[in-house]
Amino acid sequence: MLNPESVGRTFPGVDEVRVTQEEITEFARVIGENSFDIAPPTFAIRLTLSQSQAILSDPSVGLDWSRVVHGDQKFELHRPIVAGDVFRCASTIENYKVAAGNEIVTIRTDVLSGDELVVETWSTLVVRA
Amino acid sequence: MSRVGEVIPERSFIINRALLKAYADASGDQNPIHQSEDFAKSVGLPDVICHGMLTMALAGKFLTDFVGGSRNVTSFSSRFVKPVVVPAGTDVALLISGVVGSDLGDGRYQIDLTAMCNGVKVLGMAKAVASLNS
Repeated sequence: MLNPESVGRTFPGVDEVRVTQEEITEFARVIGENSFDIAPPTFAIRLTLSQSQAILSDPSVGLDWSRVVHGDQKFELHRPIVAGDVFRCASTIENYKVAAGNEIVTIRTDVLSGDELVVETWSTLVVRA
Repeated sequence: MSRVGEVIPERSFIINRALLKAYADASGDQNPIHQSEDFAKSVGLPDVICHGMLTMALAGKFLTDFVGGSRNVTSFSSRFVKPVVVPAGTDVALLISGVVGSDLGDGRYQIDLTAMCNGVKVLGMAKAVASLNS
């Protein structure tokens, strides 16, 4: 079970990440996109999912990542991501509830370039009972 | 002129095991439920399932083709309501269609998307906000 004190807690990203052209091109190609100048709209998940996993797997938070399924996902895109962007992420556990024995956690991750908020993502993850 | 009600014609996207591997590498999501039949079954799934985010990424491709590129999309969200099961050696067809929903002003519209697989709706409340040329 999730440690209730984790709700509302914000976790800074560990490392800055630099987006490469190769990453954008590879992601785009998989979905059949032949334009590689900016990232596809869901590309930010590549940056944020590992953050969510790291946070929820932290022993002080206490979720069982091996039983996690993705419930829903939202992106607010303030500008396109391009190669050379250097980001850090800050994640907040915004909501937590238990329904039918499943734990349902919503994590917001802000993808920041310096002080510029480039993308906000919300991932709702369900830990199956 | 408002474009509310405009239908975006259905397109088929093929999902197979090779695509799941390619998406795992491109996204960094190496969860074995998307690659290993044995693992998927060990956690109670019928077989390997597609990443929800791959289904959403394909819906995103459908969306960006219609709206003229990623830079015109400012919001995109979806629920993952049913898994897309991907048996070995099989090409699974994901059918995506859409409609221009409400007019949000300044050339921005809500776009509502539908994603079906084997007659079952796999994305719920899939919608985006995007700028369209009038």
